Amino acid sequence: MFSGAALGAGALIVAVLFAVAVFLIVQAMPTFFAPAADITGGNGFFAYIFPIVIGTLIAAAIALLIATPIGVAVALFISHYAPRKLARGLGYVVDLLAAIPSVVYGAWGASFLASQLQVPYQWLADNLGWIPIFAGPASNTGKTILTAGIVLAVMVLPIIASMTREIFLQTPMLHQEAALALGATRWEMIRMAVLPFSRGGIISAVMLGLGRALGETMAVALVLSSGPLIASLIRSGNQTIAAEIALDFPEAFGLRMHELIAAGLVLFVITLAVNMVARWIINRHKEFSGAN
Amino acid sequence: MKALHIGRVAVVLTVGALALSACGTDNVVPPSNGGAGAKTTGSSVTGTLTGTGATSVSAAMDAWMAGFQAANPNAKVQYSPEGSGAGRKALIAGAVQFAGSDAFLKDDELTASQAKCGTDGAINVPWYISPIAVAFNVPGVTDLKLDASTIAKIFRGEIKNWNDPAIKASNADAKLPDLAITPVHRSDNSGTTQNFTDYLGAAATSVWTDKASGDWPTALPGENAKGTSGVVKTVTETAGAITYADDSAITGSLGKAELKVGDSYVPVSAEAASKAVDQAKLVEGRNPNDLSLQLDRTTTVAGAYPAVLVSYGVFCSTYKDAATVDLVKAFGAFALSEAGQQEATSAAKSAPLSAALAAKAQAAVKSISVAK
Repeated sequence: MFSGAALGAGALIVAVLFAVAVFLIVQAMPTFFAPAADITGGNGFFAYIFPIVIGTLIAAAIALLIATPIGVAVALFISHYAPRKLARGLGYVVDLLAAIPSVVYGAWGASFLASQLQVPYQWLADNLGWIPIFAGPASNTGKTILTAGIVLAVMVLPIIASMTREIFLQTPMLHQEAALALGATRWEMIRMAVLPFSRGGIISAVMLGLGRALGETMAVALVLSSGPLIASLIRSGNQTIAAEIALDFPEAFGLRMHELIAAGLVLFVITLAVNMVARWIINRHKEFSGAN
Repeated sequence: MKALHIGRVAVVLTVGALALSACGTDNVVPPSNGGAGAKTTGSSVTGTLTGTGATSVSAAMDAWMAGFQAANPNAKVQYSPEGSGAGRKALIAGAVQFAGSDAFLKDDELTASQAKCGTDGAINVPWYISPIAVAFNVPGVTDLKLDASTIAKIFRGEIKNWNDPAIKASNADAKLPDLAITPVHRSDNSGTTQNFTDYLGAAATSVWTDKASGDWPTALPGENAKGTSGVVKTVTETAGAITYADDSAITGSLGKAELKVGDSYVPVSAEAASKAVDQAKLVEGRNPNDLSLQLDRTTTVAGAYPAVLVSYGVFCSTYKDAATVDLVKAFGAFALSEAGQQEATSAAKSAPLSAALAAKAQAAVKSISVAK
């Protein structure tokens, strides 16, 4: 009875995934057979999708670069440094961050954060403008891909922090006490016992965060002032797949709709690839974890 | 082991919460206002009118549906704002009884509509007018007079500073600061963009070379934001920014430009927009009851404001059963009536149709008949 229900649930998930994939492929098909001139931009689907794929990856990369170290540090503080009472409260707060709807993050980013960042961006453009990613002129509204990345980082942070916290807490006490008994400081103990044990878990937390960063729609759509692909992170420009779909789908019609679904298919494939790579990395690291 | 379990549950819960909160905006289904005590009559099909189409009219449509159903408790109107193109397609396919569209049916669409709508095809009836304001945030400047080619140059990034001689020329009195111009446009596909670019293309032919489109030309510089509220908010927060948006959405601190029409400058207003729509000619070679308007963006009539959005109700000229005909006629007549236009004006702050145009539109809706 129970095994039947479990099997059914498992089969259902596969069936849903399969149905989504089939829908995406069927609906995206007309895009691939349409003449290149009919595709938005007039140069075929690849020329259309390439800039927004790169934009998606840039935004996600910024988010992870910021969120991973902070998330791991927050988790370590909660699990190993904070007094018990504080740790519990802080844990709840981090989980609460995850429950805030993305549209709220988007509204915050668009109407508060962006205008605050305008001055720092101006400074970056004036002083570090020779680095391509900080090339000026800086955006006057602050609604750039870097701002979008920062908002995404805030959204991804609770995933990474709460997952890694759970994993840090599972580090065998024996390992930790052994390290301390050998004369290790707390930081050395963390480096020797906690981090190696948690490596696979940290990676899977980061990958889960990456999944959210890649697929995040509303926040990016609200925050980012989109445009063509550019290297500079502090000018308006770039676009992500999810935001492009959200912005144009309501009035999309005919081929344009198929195009957007094809863009969705590309995002689907990227996300699948990311998850598979994550699985592979976790499996590879399993044997080396401090647990055995 | 127990700790592990709790940990797992916590992870699952966290992930679940994330998955839930990741959902952005789904299509908002307009409240299907049944009306208190509304009874569905025996054959409910006759009492339900279904439409789909432009998102621009959805606020007005909600008001119309509520008003119509209050007056006709046995009738029910549904409208799903899925986009103008989708609306026209659904009407042609016979999936809905009416469509809302920011553009009238093209000739080939009219031909295609004959399959479901009878030999006269579908008819386009204007029912919603919205003036598009050019709003700016320049400290110390509240009034600006601009002609179409200056506006086009500003939005193309060819005029970069507010103290540019081209702007000074028509605004001798304004204290224009040395401030960079930040043009802000819509990031989502929109009828406002479609009509604004159409205006620029027609009134500033030599400067604005892009085709009119609901998507802003991506090659142009400038910032963008999502939705009318997004562009207005961005401009409000950015000194030196300028945008185009539904007049009703422009709030307090922003200035609105007066457009050059003929030799004078016209401030944006509902009356001026209605006046501009009155100057429009009917598209030729169509059914006499079809009111597809060829807007004259270069009109020189005093007091007309040519940057307007006109949204159409698209109906079949004939329907198969009498009940549908009655329902469509009643709903169309209500939306176009003075009361209906007034409700749209207060709900969506649109410009009411002028009495003359409303009368023509009423006549067009009245001509809808049962297929022989």
